[in-house]
Amino acid sequence: MSARLDVGPPTAPANGPAPTTPGTARTRPRRHVDWGRLYTWLVLAWLFTPILFMAAFSFNDPAGKHNITWQGFTLRWYGDILAYPDLTQAMLNSVSIALLTMVGAGTLGTLLGLALGRFSFRGKQLTNLVMFSAISAPEVVLGAALLSTFLMANVTTGYWTTVIAHVMFCVSFVAITVRARVITLDPALEEAARDLGAGPFTTFRLITLPMLFPAIMAGGLLAFALSIDDYIITTFVSGDVTTFPLWVWGSTRVGIPPQVNVMGTLLFAVGVAMAVVNIVMVRRRS
Amino acid sequence: MVTTNSSTEEPAEATRRGEVAPAIGLEGVAKSYRSGSETVRAVDGIDLEIARGEFFSLLGPSGCGKTTTMRMIAGFEEPTEGVVRLSGRDVNGVPANHRDVNMVFQSYALFPHMNVAANVAFGLRRRRVPKKEIKRRVDEILDLVELGPRAEHRPSQLSGGQQQRVALARALVNEPGALLLDEPLGALDLKLRQSMQVELKRIQREVGITFVYVTHDQGEALTMSDRVAVMNGGLVEQLGTPAQIYERPATRFVADFIGTGNLLPGRVENTDGAGPYRVALGSGTTALVASLPEGAGTGTEVHLTVRPEKIRIGVEDPGGELTTIPGTVSETVYMGASTHYQVALPGGAEVIVHRQNSSDATLAATRGDRVWLSWEPHHSYALP
Ligand SMILES: Nc1ncnc2c1ncn2[C@@H]1O[C@H](COP(=O)(O)OP(=O)(O)OP(=O)(O)O)[C@@H](O)[C@H]1O
Ligand SMILES: [Mg+2]
Repeated sequence: MSARLDVGPPTAPANGPAPTTPGTARTRPRRHVDWGRLYTWLVLAWLFTPILFMAAFSFNDPAGKHNITWQGFTLRWYGDILAYPDLTQAMLNSVSIALLTMVGAGTLGTLLGLALGRFSFRGKQLTNLVMFSAISAPEVVLGAALLSTFLMANVTTGYWTTVIAHVMFCVSFVAITVRARVITLDPALEEAARDLGAGPFTTFRLITLPMLFPAIMAGGLLAFALSIDDYIITTFVSGDVTTFPLWVWGSTRVGIPPQVNVMGTLLFAVGVAMAVVNIVMVRRRS
Repeated sequence: MVTTNSSTEEPAEATRRGEVAPAIGLEGVAKSYRSGSETVRAVDGIDLEIARGEFFSLLGPSGCGKTTTMRMIAGFEEPTEGVVRLSGRDVNGVPANHRDVNMVFQSYALFPHMNVAANVAFGLRRRRVPKKEIKRRVDEILDLVELGPRAEHRPSQLSGGQQQRVALARALVNEPGALLLDEPLGALDLKLRQSMQVELKRIQREVGITFVYVTHDQGEALTMSDRVAVMNGGLVEQLGTPAQIYERPATRFVADFIGTGNLLPGRVENTDGAGPYRVALGSGTTALVASLPEGAGTGTEVHLTVRPEKIRIGVEDPGGELTTIPGTVSETVYMGASTHYQVALPGGAEVIVHRQNSSDATLAATRGDRVWLSWEPHHSYALP
């Protein structure tokens, strides 16, 4: 404490070596540790270490079937990414299911979030309850329940049952994100639009939707992310359709090829890019 | 009046008779809200006619139904009883986007994702006005509110006063039949508020559009308006020019709410002729009043009202055709231009007196001194 007040040598003569005095005074407080910064870096390291390993091993040149010890650098797997047609198909399934989930859950979740944030209606509390239980229910239970639902309805499980299941468990996340935004919207904004001659639909298109857009985007991206790496529910409802997580899990016994790391790395890169685009767009709007 | 086709016939008939329909007409308009099991009557039956080009204020304390009245005119609420007319046309059931009035919201409600010019152009675009004309009118109105250089800014980049003027421009540019302003200056600090009052009045004079102005600030209502409706408990207590409302409050509520009112309980002593009439204030003092409440007879309990600046205060009984009452100074407050005295009357009632501090006549009355209060009979009235 007192050291910080004690700036510069108190006995320094007025005509002494003036240029050095401020320099030494300024460097002294630098020595203290910035705990906030350190903490931030530790958290980031914790989050990113597995991802870094995944990315690093996409460049590994393993000796045998098991890509678990570092042998040497190669770009071979990037060129050879489509070597396993099953894996490629699984990845295509995962991405297209995730995109459909994003659109489906995004649309339904937006409407649900709007209704929950804006109106009071019978069954509102019940809807809230169902939404939260859908989020908090164990995935194994949800998956099993969905499977028996499909079986009882005589629906053959496969691609579309997977999409339906994914939309079902993602819709709550979008709805909650959108509802949080709707609640903070000033209702006078929509009234002002009506007052200035806009009908209900125009008001929604020109005022409500643009104001909710960041929340809808965030909810949609969340749905995409939840869908593309879902394993548990998918195993129950996907029938004979294989997704990326299912394929990877299936190949663990025989050895995961480096192509999996390549795809994981590329997926991560796309995710980061989308997040950056979202942030930039939100920044530009505000 | 209540026939279904009256709405289309009446304006035509009014025109034939050479009358111009008022910009806004309210006939027995009431609004009840149901909250749980009980019903709140926010507006309890209002009749008003607001003329074209008038600056009309709705003034009243919080919760008296001003906003509700305004929202019924704008079309955001449907009256539970009565008829709202715009230019003579019955607009009950017509949604807000089809009414020829525009509103300035207390929160401004500027669209945050659009710049100033797009905000202002919003109404014109909805009416499919040609692009060139939109540009011209937007530029013109932004000049009027002195925000031309800010056209490309987002609302969040503007100060409170500037946002207020954008909200005003966004409504005015549509040249509506009437502009509704709900406490538009409520969010501004005192200085800015005062300069915006002058500004609003200037703009209203220039564009000549009917303004309906909601406020709970009596100073604002009195200085800006052509006419004021003082509201209380969902009803209009008094309707008149600022001078009428200030000088001749019709009810005890108005006398108390507007300015500083002295309300002294008393009993009518005579009701003959055209006045002035005598009112006994108790303890042997009598005052003269210019008018009595309707139906008052000898012995009726009334409240005498007189404005503090109409009362003269002196150390001697001035005599003559005046109300003269002795009292004791219980408090003096020096206000610079004037001094405010609080004087206790023999009956115990307190009267506030404002006295100008003109250089020639200084009054050396302080706490505890005996003084004489006097006023002209035509400055005081008896209210129920
Ligand atoms: N949507 C509503 N539901 C139930 N009660 C309401 C509603 N809107 C207004 N009220 C009630 O109606 C009464 C009048 O409200 P209003 O907003 O018109 O008052 P106001 O004069 O504008 O007051 P303020 O100066 O505080 O804005 C209040 O008692 C209020 O609680
Ligand atoms: Mg209000």
